[in-house]
Amino acid sequence: MIKDDFPILSQKINNKQLIYLDNASTTQKPTSVIKKIEDYYKNTNSNIHRGVHHLSQKSTEEYEDSRTKVHNFIGSDSSKEIVFVRGTTEAINLVANSYVKPLLSKGDNIIISQMEHHANIVPWQMITKENESEIRVIPMNENGELIVEKLEELIDENTKFISVTHVSNTLGTVNPIKKIIDIAHKNNIRIMIDGAQAVQHMRVNVKEINADFYCFSGHKMYGPTGIGILYGKQEILENMQPYQGGGDMIKSVTFEKTIYNDIPNRFEAGTPNIVGAIGLGEAIDFIEDITIEKIELQEIELLNYATKRISSIENVRIIGNSDNKTSVISYVINNIHPHDIGTIMDKLGIAIRAGHHCTQPIMDFYKIPATARASFAIYNTKEDIDKLVEAIEKTKDVFS
Amino acid sequence: MNDFDDLYMEVILDHNKNPRNKGNIDEHTNHADGHNPLCGDKISLDLIVEDNLVKDIKFTGSGCAISTASSSILTEAIIGKKISEIRHLFEEFHELVTTDNIEKKNLGKLAVFEGVKKYPARVKCATLAWHTLIAAIDGDEEVSTE
Repeated sequence: MIKDDFPILSQKINNKQLIYLDNASTTQKPTSVIKKIEDYYKNTNSNIHRGVHHLSQKSTEEYEDSRTKVHNFIGSDSSKEIVFVRGTTEAINLVANSYVKPLLSKGDNIIISQMEHHANIVPWQMITKENESEIRVIPMNENGELIVEKLEELIDENTKFISVTHVSNTLGTVNPIKKIIDIAHKNNIRIMIDGAQAVQHMRVNVKEINADFYCFSGHKMYGPTGIGILYGKQEILENMQPYQGGGDMIKSVTFEKTIYNDIPNRFEAGTPNIVGAIGLGEAIDFIEDITIEKIELQEIELLNYATKRISSIENVRIIGNSDNKTSVISYVINNIHPHDIGTIMDKLGIAIRAGHHCTQPIMDFYKIPATARASFAIYNTKEDIDKLVEAIEKTKDVFS
Repeated sequence: MNDFDDLYMEVILDHNKNPRNKGNIDEHTNHADGHNPLCGDKISLDLIVEDNLVKDIKFTGSGCAISTASSSILTEAIIGKKISEIRHLFEEFHELVTTDNIEKKNLGKLAVFEGVKKYPARVKCATLAWHTLIAAIDGDEEVSTE
C-alpha cells in the first residue's frame, strides 16, 4: 500500500483513523523525502557555491542534482532555466517585478482569468496600480471552464503579458493552456502558466506547451514546504533584471558597481532553501518511481468514483463540472455552511478544506460564501471516499 | 446527544434551524453591519435603544451554524438590558469562548458557546454578532472581523 510510505497517515485524529483529503493545499510527505531531509542535516549540511571543503562541495552537488531532476521532470532545454524560489507565489512575484513591471506603462494591460488563485491576481494588481495600467479577466462558464474565445477580444496592442493557471485549485478544471499559449504567441505576447495544481497530477512538458514561464510548488507534490520552481526560457531569463540583491547572485561587487551572476543564480540571492531543493529532488524520484502517468490514471479513477457518489447525495452540489478535471471536488450542502461541514468532518477524522480557497472571485461568480473541498492524492483510496460520503450524510443528519 | 455536542449543542442546532428575532426594524434607532471576509459571514442588526436600554433588536444575515445561533441567542439575551450590562455581558462572553478562566454567573443560555474555545478557528463565528452589536451601540455603521 502506498499509504504505508506516508507515516503521518497512520495516526488517529479525534480517535478516528485520519483520512487526509486536503491535498490541493499540501500533500503529505513520503518516508524517502523525510529521510533525505534528516540525512542531509545529519551528514551533509553546509552552505553551497562557496566553500572549498568537502561538505560544501557535496551540498552544492546535491542541490544542483535536484535542479537537473526538475529540468528533466518538466522537459526544459537546460537546467539553467530552472530557478529555485520559495513557492509558486514567489515565482509569480518574481516575474511580475523583474520581467513585466519594466514593460508596463500607463494604459497597458495584463490578462489573467476568472479562476485565478489570489497569488495570480494580487502581484499583478500591485504592479498595475503603480503605473495606471489594468488587469483584464478571461471569463468562465457555469461548469467552471474558461471561455477561451473571449481571450482574443481582450487582447489589444497594449496587452503586455498573460498569466493563467493550468489547473484551478478550487474547481479542478484543467485549462487548455496549449491553445491559450498559442493565442498569446500569435499576438506576440509572453505568457506565464501557474502549474501549482498541475505537475503532481499529469505529465507537463514546458517545451511541448511552449510556455515562456511556468511555476509550481514543492509541497503540493510530496516535497517540503518553502521550495518552488520558476521555469523561464533561457533567452528571457538572460535579459531579466534580478529580483532580490545579495550574495550568490553576483559575480563581483564594489561600492561603485555590481556585476550580476549568470542565470539561474542571478535570481537566487542569499543562502537558498538547500534542504528544500534536495527534498524536492527526492519527491520527484518518488513520483517518477511510480510514474506520473500511473498517478494520473489512479487519481482520475478516484475522481470519477467520488464524483459519481457525491453527486448522487441529495441536497449536495458539486462546484466545478468540467469534463477535464484533476482530482479536486468542491461541494456545497444546502443550508449548511462549509465551515460547519469542515468541523464535522474533522471530528470524524477527515481533513478537508472549507473556505474560499484563496479564490474569492470564483465564490463571487457562483454567489456562494465558500465551499467544502476534498482533493485526492496518490495515497487515497475508494474506501477514503466511502468514508467521506458517510461523513457528508452524517453532517446532513446533524443539521437536519 | 450526538457525537458533536461539545460544539454543536442542541440549543445551538435549534437556534440555527429556527433563529429568533430574525428580520428588520424599520423604525430602528441604531444599526450596524458585520462582516467576516474570511468565511463570508454577514450580519445586520437593527436596534431600538431608549433611555440606555435595548427595547428591541432584530437581525438578518447569513453564516455558519455557530454564527447564526450566536446572533439568535444574543438577541434573546439582551432585550430589556441596559447598555452597561450588555458591555459587561460581552466581556464575559468573550472570556467564555477564548479562555479557561470563566464565571458564567450572568451568561445564562449564552454559556452553550463554551465549547467554541476548543475550536480557535470558530471564535470569530461566535463573536461576530457581538462585535456588530457593540458597533451599533457606539454608532459605527460597519464592522469587520478577520
